Amino acid sequence: MNSGTPILDVPAAEGSRDQHMVLNMGPQHPATHGVLRLVLEIDGEIIVRLYPEIGYLHTGIEKTCEAKFYQQVVPLTDRIDYLSPMANNLCYCLAVEKLLALEIPGKAQWIRVLLSELTRLNSHLVWLGTHAMDIGALTVFLYTFREREDILRLFEAVSGQRMMTSYFRIGGLALEPPLDFFHRVETFIHSFPEKIDEYSNLLTGNPIFKNRLKGVGYLSAADAIALGVTGPPMRASGVDFDLRRDMPYSGYEKFQFRVPVSSDGDCWARYLVRLEEMRESVRIIQQALDGMPEGPIKADAPRIVLPDREKMKTQMEALIHHFKIVTEGFAVPAGEVYQGIESPRGQMGYYVVSDGTAKPYRVHMRNPTFATLQALETMCKGRMLADVVAVVGSIDIVLGEIDR
Amino acid sequence: MAEINALVGKAAVLDGLPEHPAVKAIQAWNPEALVDAKFDRDELTLTIAAEEIRAAAATVQAVGYNFFVDLTAVDWFPSSPRFQLSYHILSHAYKERIRLRVLLEGESPSLESITPVWPAANFYEREVFDLFGIRFGGHPNLRRILMPDDWVGHPLRKDYPVEGYR
Repeated sequence: MNSGTPILDVPAAEGSRDQHMVLNMGPQHPATHGVLRLVLEIDGEIIVRLYPEIGYLHTGIEKTCEAKFYQQVVPLTDRIDYLSPMANNLCYCLAVEKLLALEIPGKAQWIRVLLSELTRLNSHLVWLGTHAMDIGALTVFLYTFREREDILRLFEAVSGQRMMTSYFRIGGLALEPPLDFFHRVETFIHSFPEKIDEYSNLLTGNPIFKNRLKGVGYLSAADAIALGVTGPPMRASGVDFDLRRDMPYSGYEKFQFRVPVSSDGDCWARYLVRLEEMRESVRIIQQALDGMPEGPIKADAPRIVLPDREKMKTQMEALIHHFKIVTEGFAVPAGEVYQGIESPRGQMGYYVVSDGTAKPYRVHMRNPTFATLQALETMCKGRMLADVVAVVGSIDIVLGEIDR
Repeated sequence: MAEINALVGKAAVLDGLPEHPAVKAIQAWNPEALVDAKFDRDELTLTIAAEEIRAAAATVQAVGYNFFVDLTAVDWFPSSPRFQLSYHILSHAYKERIRLRVLLEGESPSLESITPVWPAANFYEREVFDLFGIRFGGHPNLRRILMPDDWVGHPLRKDYPVEGYR
């Protein structure tokens, strides 16, 4: 955050700055999807330099984590990225489970995959709606939010919360999903591919939308790797890498899906890649429903996983464990782990350091769009001012996770 | 619980993983720069001498660890060396991640920036500077990134309170 200092306290561009104008886009600008300030140096309408100022939403979540028990950190991870809470839950839980060397039962893993993919759909739907709205195609927003509402209802059914789910816990899941849950998911994904066609009909053939995106915000594969860009923007630049396929976690190796890649590297390619990803997510969800294993949803580790309510009321050991976990937490063996997952926006990573106590010594989140934001200047340089809106929309930023 | 197979110490890692591309490359380039090593929970950690980090980054980059993922610090206050930097590097070809670790002495340490090797480290080094007060020489724009510019102190240090007055 840059409050009192000169606006462009960054190394000056080559050549004379006399004809250049400095323009602030944000912190309150509808197209920045949060509180992002872009300092633009423009020559007429051409972007000469672009400098993102972030930190307006910094709440020190990493510091807060150090003062909480391991299980108390889970609700904090929801609040990092309000569009994909389950991805953050999953990444944190997997990291701590790796530290504990905890085996997660098959059913819990499959439900985690299923819900992670629903999260991806949820996040991509918000992206699609707002991205199109930024460009002027207002209608799509209403359509995507209609389906997003269905997904939020599914989240509510399973966890009791629409957005801050905290459903994945260390060692498994919080609760059994309700009886008709899988049926409801089935109904939803049965009709969802048609809905994707509907969005595609509204946008893919739309000449205005196409002109605003095609050839805009070009990012080469080499630049994507050099600048740490991951997820759909990286794959739209021709780098074929997806953690779900290449370094599988939580049982993803048992699923068949394609990883959409495009070599065009522009906003249009990013749009097509994400649209394709939604179709693949539907396939994964279908496979998860078809092959859902039977069994428990929590690991067999009474000192770590909270006992079921019934057990707690009938067995003394369970009650003692419950009391101990809630009041003292559980000790985690000393060590450090890094767990990466493919979140809707790219590679998310949690780095957890334990010193052997019940509170994490250090939790660091690698959030995909924090790195992607660095590539914004490369994508916008030499383009028109109006293209910035399209490019910012196409990298799908969430300021909550950038500032943490 | 599953058993954790770990290799602790430089000699054990050199013995156990002699063909690992990153270990091999670092050994071929400068065996002195590798201070310590650890293979724990399927993650390889190579501790590099602080003054060699940029060259070490370039070395592992040349053998296929092409993607800079993450950089962060850990404050081990009050022990010494106080700060630990963890660089996470991913290889798209080997589908594997390694961790380069640097230990730093002193209250306000500094080391070379790796932005010439990976421009992606830019924001991450600024974040570490902002929250831990570690300086990176040769960084193009080492300013606070998350906290306000006029902020005093570095919040993620362990001697900085979580709540109450500073």
